[in-house]
Amino acid sequence: MKEISGDSKIVMGYIYSALFWGVIGLVLGLLISAQMWSVSFNFGEYFSFGRLRTVHTNMLAYGLGITAEMGAFYYIIGRLTKRNLIFPGLAKFQLVFYNLVVLVGMISLFMGYTQSLEYAEGEWYFDLGVVVSWVLFAINVVGTILTRKEKHMYVSLWYILATIVAVAVLYIVNNLHIIAGLGKSYHLFAGLNSANVEWWYGHNAVGFLFTTPILAVFYYFLPKSTGMPIYSHRLSILSFWSLIFMYLWTGAHHLVYTPLPDWLQTLGIVFTILLIAPSWGSVVNGYLTLAPDWSKLRTAYLAKFFIAGITFYGLQTLQGPTQGLRAVSSLIHYTDWVPGHVHMGTMGWVVLTVTAAIYYITSKVYKTEIYSESIANIHFWLVLIGQIGFSITMWITGIRQGLMWKTANADGTLQYSFIETVVGNYPYWMARSAFGVIFIVGMLFFLYNFIMTIVKGKQNLSNQ
Amino acid sequence: MSENNNSIYSKGLIFTVVALVVILIGTIVTVFVPMMTSAMHPKLSNMQENPYTPLQLAGRDVYQKEGCINCHSQTVRPLKADVLRYGEISQPGESAFERPFLWGSKRTGPDLARVGGVYSDEWQKAHMINPQHFFPSSNMPKYPWLAEKKLDPATVEKHAKAYGLNYKPEDITALENATELDALVAYLQQLGIYVENTHAIKADEAAFENATNPNLNNPEKIARGEEIYNLLCIGCHAENGKGQAEGYDLTNLTFAEALPDYTDGMIFLTIANGLEGAMPGHLKIMTKDDIWSVAAYVKTLAK
Ligand code: HEC
Ligand code: HEC
Ligand code: HEM
Ligand SMILES: [Fe+2]
Repeated sequence: MKEISGDSKIVMGYIYSALFWGVIGLVLGLLISAQMWSVSFNFGEYFSFGRLRTVHTNMLAYGLGITAEMGAFYYIIGRLTKRNLIFPGLAKFQLVFYNLVVLVGMISLFMGYTQSLEYAEGEWYFDLGVVVSWVLFAINVVGTILTRKEKHMYVSLWYILATIVAVAVLYIVNNLHIIAGLGKSYHLFAGLNSANVEWWYGHNAVGFLFTTPILAVFYYFLPKSTGMPIYSHRLSILSFWSLIFMYLWTGAHHLVYTPLPDWLQTLGIVFTILLIAPSWGSVVNGYLTLAPDWSKLRTAYLAKFFIAGITFYGLQTLQGPTQGLRAVSSLIHYTDWVPGHVHMGTMGWVVLTVTAAIYYITSKVYKTEIYSESIANIHFWLVLIGQIGFSITMWITGIRQGLMWKTANADGTLQYSFIETVVGNYPYWMARSAFGVIFIVGMLFFLYNFIMTIVKGKQNLSNQ
Repeated sequence: MSENNNSIYSKGLIFTVVALVVILIGTIVTVFVPMMTSAMHPKLSNMQENPYTPLQLAGRDVYQKEGCINCHSQTVRPLKADVLRYGEISQPGESAFERPFLWGSKRTGPDLARVGGVYSDEWQKAHMINPQHFFPSSNMPKYPWLAEKKLDPATVEKHAKAYGLNYKPEDITALENATELDALVAYLQQLGIYVENTHAIKADEAAFENATNPNLNNPEKIARGEEIYNLLCIGCHAENGKGQAEGYDLTNLTFAEALPDYTDGMIFLTIANGLEGAMPGHLKIMTKDDIWSVAAYVKTLAK
């Protein structure tokens, strides 16, 4: 054999694309982090903070996140259905097409064409492109699963199917717009409904782009890379159904103390608290999977990625519900606490889990061992330190600023002018940039290890 | 794996449909049902169906385009500190015609829901072009290109139609020479104008008009006043109270010459309550003693 199989090539194509967008998105993240403590890092119109922040979030969500998930899904499905993709040609076309969509989307965000809906900023032509890509993806995923050679569907397939339908519904509804021109459209929903639809979407983008797909990956690769079966099938069932049921009720926790009707806020907050249970169902299931033999954390180099990842997920799903409470929201909403929360999910849970899966996939596809476990360990620790440092600095300064905003003088007037509350952030924002550098260096170690594994794998293949 | 061969976990299609239904329940209850209630379609009695002039609408487009929402919110929460700092609580009806809503979720800069009319147009323009002139440590980007970009009236008209707004042809042609900066400032200046601030914290004129400044000859207080002046006033009034701002003509902000004619009480009231459309009131973010201190410092600028 001189080459990897057709389906494997497709999977690797998605991974390459994801990493391409990932590198640019991370560097842009570092740049906007610097813009926050020095305006001199704003370079003209295209590289000013207001536009770049949107490019950063979208490039990492649509470029890195979704592309990597597509690749991982195709890989997992190939194994769990015991058959090849039903339409491999379509998957190849989808890869090229989706990359073009992301490219056009990102360029137009640089140009300021935006719908101003968080995580759905891309203009209507980007939305159309994403929907078409997702439909192609769904045809392949659902088609392959429906014609599988293995009767039972493993947990990962449940999460994959839920992701496919949920993202379709969420994305299409929130992106209903009145088209005004080539680079402009207005939300079909106005006022309170615009807000309510957007955060129903926004919260569930977290749910169905950064939770269910990553759980699919987690449930598949944790047992694979450790040789330990998932602890409890019943717990998997219970967590799955309750998670996908409850997630959709909670969007209003992003709109606490806004003009949205109180009953909607309260309903959202109640379900937000309930959401701890299904989230922790998966956390507990993950821990107990390794419980019979914790030494795997030392012997199987990927185990620690998954366990640290699920730990971040566990912390995230305790912190999130806490933030939803009115008393907590009143302090931390609008502050840098929130990016601290966000990045524990994205840099911790998502990145650790996905990079571990990529190591696993790459070595399997090329039938070789990873190039260097010690580089993987360096990658792990740098990413871990970068992420924890990032979040902790943001939590501290978030609370600091939240308190300064409301500290009153004895006579009831406010103690601080706004600019004083901004200036206090600077040391923390600088520290955040430093932790960002550590994180990115960790990711460069990952990239190097990934490339060298492929080089090694290719050599092995040609020697056979 | 499930032992039951006929379970839902071995039926892909049924599984997918059930998952979809489960997802739709919360969606329908929290998104679509509310949409049919009148509470989700509130109106303000004093707001017309056509809340924006063409220039303001174009400004709103610019606000979206530049991503101001990434640093500025537009919702005053029903919390004491929010109301004190920004003004009246945001009303549901205020957003009735907002497509999309622009409430935002981050306050790297201050909330803007009540900024309309607080500053002059000149200040708003100068601040957009160089925020650091007013607050050297501000991290708000400079937006000089806005002053150079002319609006395209035809585009504005097209956008307005899609937004559901109809204008007379002469209103559109009036945009001929307007810049994006003019538009943005017009948009900012109407934020919050439909709601009256019933919580504004103001010093009582009668009580202070004839008051004397207790901090006049106190060097410590004057030093404190200078500190405050350099933080909050210097951008508009310049170092000497003569308002020579680099690059823009803010010379009309001189007060140094006129100061000898003012009573202490008048100075206090100006600093505390501000001047509508010109200078923000400072009482909400300062103790009265600090205001007396800055007033005492200001007096030292008099010539
Ligand atoms: C990087 C974050 C950031 C961005 C982006 C940003 N601002 Fe600001 N803005 C600030 C900060 C910080 C302040 C407070 C200090 C100052 O006045 O410069 C501020 C102040 C303001 C003020 C004065 C508010 C008041 O009550 O004193 C206005 C008006 C304003 N910004 C409008 C805008 C507009 C319009 C845009 C988009 C074109 C924008 N800002 C983009 C951070 C930002
Ligand atoms: C946004 C710009 C701005 C800021 C900030 C500002 N002012 Fe003013 N101020 C004005 C304008 C405009 C006037 C009226 C025009 C003039 O004086 O020529 C004015 C007038 C005054 C006057 C004269 C009162 C009168 O009735 O003529 C005093 C005294 C004064 N300001 C003090 C201060 C002090 C002290 C601060 C800081 C705590 C401050 N201002 C902050 C813009 C500002
Ligand atoms: C039980 C699970 C979770 C709950 C209940 C939850 C709750 C919340 C709440 C209440 C906020 C709003 C904070 C504020 O603005 O005041 C928030 C913000 C956010 N969370 Fe979570 N969270 C959870 C898990 C996650 C996970 C796993 C991720 C990512 C991987 C994530 C990513 C985000 C993001 C991106 C935002 C920012 C939204 C914005 O731009 O304002 N969350 N979360
Ligand atoms: Fe959320």
